[in-house]
Amino acid sequence: MPGKLTYINGPLVKAILANASIGEQVQLGQLKLMGEVIGREDNTALIQVYEDTQSLKPGEQVIALGHPLSVELGPGLLGKIFDGVQRPLQQILKQAGDEIPRGLDIPALDQNQQWPFIPNSSLKIGDKILPGQIIGEVKETLSITHKILIPPDKIPLNSKGELVEIADAGNYTLKDPIARIKIIGAGQNKEQDIYLSHHWPVRKARPFLRRDQSSEPLITGQRIFDTFFPLLKGGKAAIPGPFGAGKTMVQQQIARWSNADIVIYVGCGERGNELVDVLESFPEMIDPKNKHSLMERTILVANTSNMPVVAREASIYVGVTIAEYYRDQGLDVVMVADSTSRWAEALREVAGRLGQMPVEEGYPAYLASHLAAFYERSGRVHILAEQALEDKAFDNKDSELKGSVTLIGAVSPPGGDFSEPVTGHTKDIVQTFWALSKELADARHYPSVSWTDSFSGYVDETAKWWAAEINPNWKAYRALCLSLLSQSQELMRIVNLVGAEALSGKQRWILLMAELIREGLLQQSALDDVDSYASPEKQFLLLQMMILIYQQGLGLIELGMPIQKINSLPMIMQAKRSKSIYSSEQLTDLKAFIEHLENEFKQLHEEYS
Amino acid sequence: MNSNLKQMEYRQASAARSGLLFMKNIPGIAYGDQVIITDHANNQRHGQVVQTSDDVIMVQVIEGTEDMDLERTWVRFLDQPFEVALSTDVLGRIFNGMGQPKDDRPPIVSMIKQNVNGHAVNPAARAYPKEFIQTGITAIDGLNSLVRGQKLPIFSGSGLPHNRILAQIVRQAKLLDEESNFAIVFAAMGVSYSDALFFRNNFEQDGVLSNVVMFINQADDPTLERLLLPRTALTTAEYLAFEENRHVLVLLSDMTNYAEALREVSTAKGDVPARKGYPGYLYSDLAGIYERAGRIKNRHGSITMIPVVTMPSDDITHPIPDLTGYITEGQIVLSRELYAQNIYPPINISPSLSRLMKDGVGKNDTRDDHLRLANQLYASYAKALEVRNLASIIGADDLPEADQDYLKFAQEFEQQYINQEENQPRSIFESLNIAWALLSLLPASALSRVSETDIAKYYHQQKTDAVKED
Repeated sequence: MPGKLTYINGPLVKAILANASIGEQVQLGQLKLMGEVIGREDNTALIQVYEDTQSLKPGEQVIALGHPLSVELGPGLLGKIFDGVQRPLQQILKQAGDEIPRGLDIPALDQNQQWPFIPNSSLKIGDKILPGQIIGEVKETLSITHKILIPPDKIPLNSKGELVEIADAGNYTLKDPIARIKIIGAGQNKEQDIYLSHHWPVRKARPFLRRDQSSEPLITGQRIFDTFFPLLKGGKAAIPGPFGAGKTMVQQQIARWSNADIVIYVGCGERGNELVDVLESFPEMIDPKNKHSLMERTILVANTSNMPVVAREASIYVGVTIAEYYRDQGLDVVMVADSTSRWAEALREVAGRLGQMPVEEGYPAYLASHLAAFYERSGRVHILAEQALEDKAFDNKDSELKGSVTLIGAVSPPGGDFSEPVTGHTKDIVQTFWALSKELADARHYPSVSWTDSFSGYVDETAKWWAAEINPNWKAYRALCLSLLSQSQELMRIVNLVGAEALSGKQRWILLMAELIREGLLQQSALDDVDSYASPEKQFLLLQMMILIYQQGLGLIELGMPIQKINSLPMIMQAKRSKSIYSSEQLTDLKAFIEHLENEFKQLHEEYS
Repeated sequence: MNSNLKQMEYRQASAARSGLLFMKNIPGIAYGDQVIITDHANNQRHGQVVQTSDDVIMVQVIEGTEDMDLERTWVRFLDQPFEVALSTDVLGRIFNGMGQPKDDRPPIVSMIKQNVNGHAVNPAARAYPKEFIQTGITAIDGLNSLVRGQKLPIFSGSGLPHNRILAQIVRQAKLLDEESNFAIVFAAMGVSYSDALFFRNNFEQDGVLSNVVMFINQADDPTLERLLLPRTALTTAEYLAFEENRHVLVLLSDMTNYAEALREVSTAKGDVPARKGYPGYLYSDLAGIYERAGRIKNRHGSITMIPVVTMPSDDITHPIPDLTGYITEGQIVLSRELYAQNIYPPINISPSLSRLMKDGVGKNDTRDDHLRLANQLYASYAKALEVRNLASIIGADDLPEADQDYLKFAQEFEQQYINQEENQPRSIFESLNIAWALLSLLPASALSRVSETDIAKYYHQQKTDAVKED
């Protein structure tokens, strides 16, 4: 029974619609606009509309579609750009021209593309089938082999699945069944087809076996992150910063260099040209891991700031559901959401139009819980498919299948005020907080991550990894470096009061060292080919070099060498530049340079003692 | 089903307040429709449906609801959104916010009509802007380059010379070289009569008047017209850029007046306010305007946008400049302090930024060293300002010699680099060379943002360098 529109106020409309459930998708009016039921009052449904409601009229019909907002998950996601409700933008461009028409019904994935399916060779007809099990694979892009999963909700609780039929290796489209399973239990006994893709409601987290206890850092190749404020695979991080602080560049660097398998970039209420930048530059950039194009592992979800506001709210969930889907294939996924503030504002706009009581700065009371629930979808987990493994091979208890979703949310605090609600609540939720500073950005110190306001709760765990993989001194060196930076800040306060003359030699050396660390270690140019990415080894060598210079310099000062003379040594200048002289592949040269430094210092020591 | 409504007039206005007119019991009126109101004095007013339902319809009246006699007010719903007629005849003309002539000449007649709200451009259809525009202003070209299709606002304050800078850009910008292939759309919201006249005279003097379309809402014109005006102007700009293949420069002055008009309406509508009384949707609303700048694949034209935002009480964290900064691709910030020192253009370098500069300058566009040089200037100037700060506390004489260099640098940078004659455009190469001359005041060892090759090529220190003793 179609319902009838009764009220229109921007993206919020009301309709008489019996039996509509909360979250259900609806189609509105002649234009067939897409919307979602967000509330009910007797037989009136409150609906938020994903598209512009201009020229919609009271009296037009409303059809309930019987399912919640879902995404289509299967091969063909990678390398694409979708809008906030997973409509394929490149396909729309081909079909409808430069503008996005309203009421367009277009499948998210190309239904006619042929994919080379290879069945899981260990599966036999009659085998027990479990939710989330891997039944085969498809080479999706050069970088990624896409595992075909039994949809987690296919086999209900208290039922069992059994393989009836599985397709031979060959080319199939998303419309062709590739397996058939029998579902037995709860009085049922029915057969169902399995396809290369399936649908999943975006507001429901995809299930997994259990959270994983082990940890591994997410390497971004950015020194201020990996060395100073590390993030784990499956962790949650926030990047707050006022406009112009370089948020976009930081996020693009993470998307470009991080050692994840898949990167999902959600442009939520941001600039159109930034997405175009990614769209145009990523295909030409090379994935450091496998030398293929970066686009082969990237998915973009775009609701730019001029696109309808309600789809902005949905875009974050669309992104994270796709992330979970690749996690369920045993991959490490990083999702960057730019910006969660725009998402919160979309919540606020709908709440405002609903007349809900605002709490802080007009935001609804459920802001904090919605934010927390979103970030909770991150994590490193044992995926459902592991269950099937254990079940099959009793002799191999070690067989584990893990995947992770790392969430990185940008925050755009109004006026750069970190005490505003979205930043405040986010800070309570995340473990890693990369605070961007306007002052640093104004001095073109990039990445403008403040070393005083940022924090990471993962340092101890990461230290184990550094100790095992790179060098056990990492933790101590990192701490010393940060302490020098904070001491220099204290000392600057004194200098500002009484001038540099009041400082002792050692104190002045700390000031100079802090400057050297800032320029030679913390600053990293995204636009410099050599400096843009630093491997963990290179990061450690540079760190080690700073500590060496500090300690050696301190010794020389005690021996009476003038500070200005130490500071103007050509090798100090070269140390400052080594980040952009030695690439991560030329570390033997960097090591040789550090040895040279050591020798030079040794000579100076002899000279002065 | 309601096409017959087109001809029907209603008299059911039940209430009117703060520019909103409430109509009762008219079924099937579309959201966003255009409305024509004939008041008791037989004057026409214009409106737009901003909320609709079976029982109450809310109409926003552009000319305001003052002295309306509801009993004798007739309302006609046009069953269509606000549209503007488009043709190249608009060039050289002056219109109001609704696209009606303001120059005593006949209205535009055209088969082509477009909804002023435009449609969201598919991000996949956009082309990334990367063509350098030489404005002839060193502080912009050298440090915050503008590219074709960019939206780069000027954050100003009351009494600062943003209008002169806008006029100077129009006069000097190299996109003017391509005769007839350019157009300027000037959208003025709530500006004074003298400001409007200033621009008109300038365009005339520059001989570009026949390539300019002006949309003007003066300070004493209806406030609500300001909400429509940038949309009408941009619809026209889009037509000129993407149908007529012109490179269009859109000047929006002043977005603060626009946002204030939006606040006025939203308050009247009873929307929940976010910061400083501005509605929560101010961001989306502004984005709907700013994001209309850009380039589109396979279209030859472009829309470059320079909005002016006067920061209330010079506060850059005020919602209007703040939200603008989050949407636009950078900002040029003016400084009252520099203006007081007679430096023109008084561009405050530190908070200014052009996000699209990185792809518009360099080897093939301007010069290889451009980006590194700009970075170095920023870093050195930031350091110099720190030193100046220190000098103001402990006195310049007590500073070490190295710091004295920085003091000199800051002084010269402001006088030689930022400061320039209003009618003497500098080429980008002149600007770059001035920058190197200034950097040569500092020891080469202090220049870590430029490459060693750059130093070898362009650095030309005259006095002896303390570092060279080794």
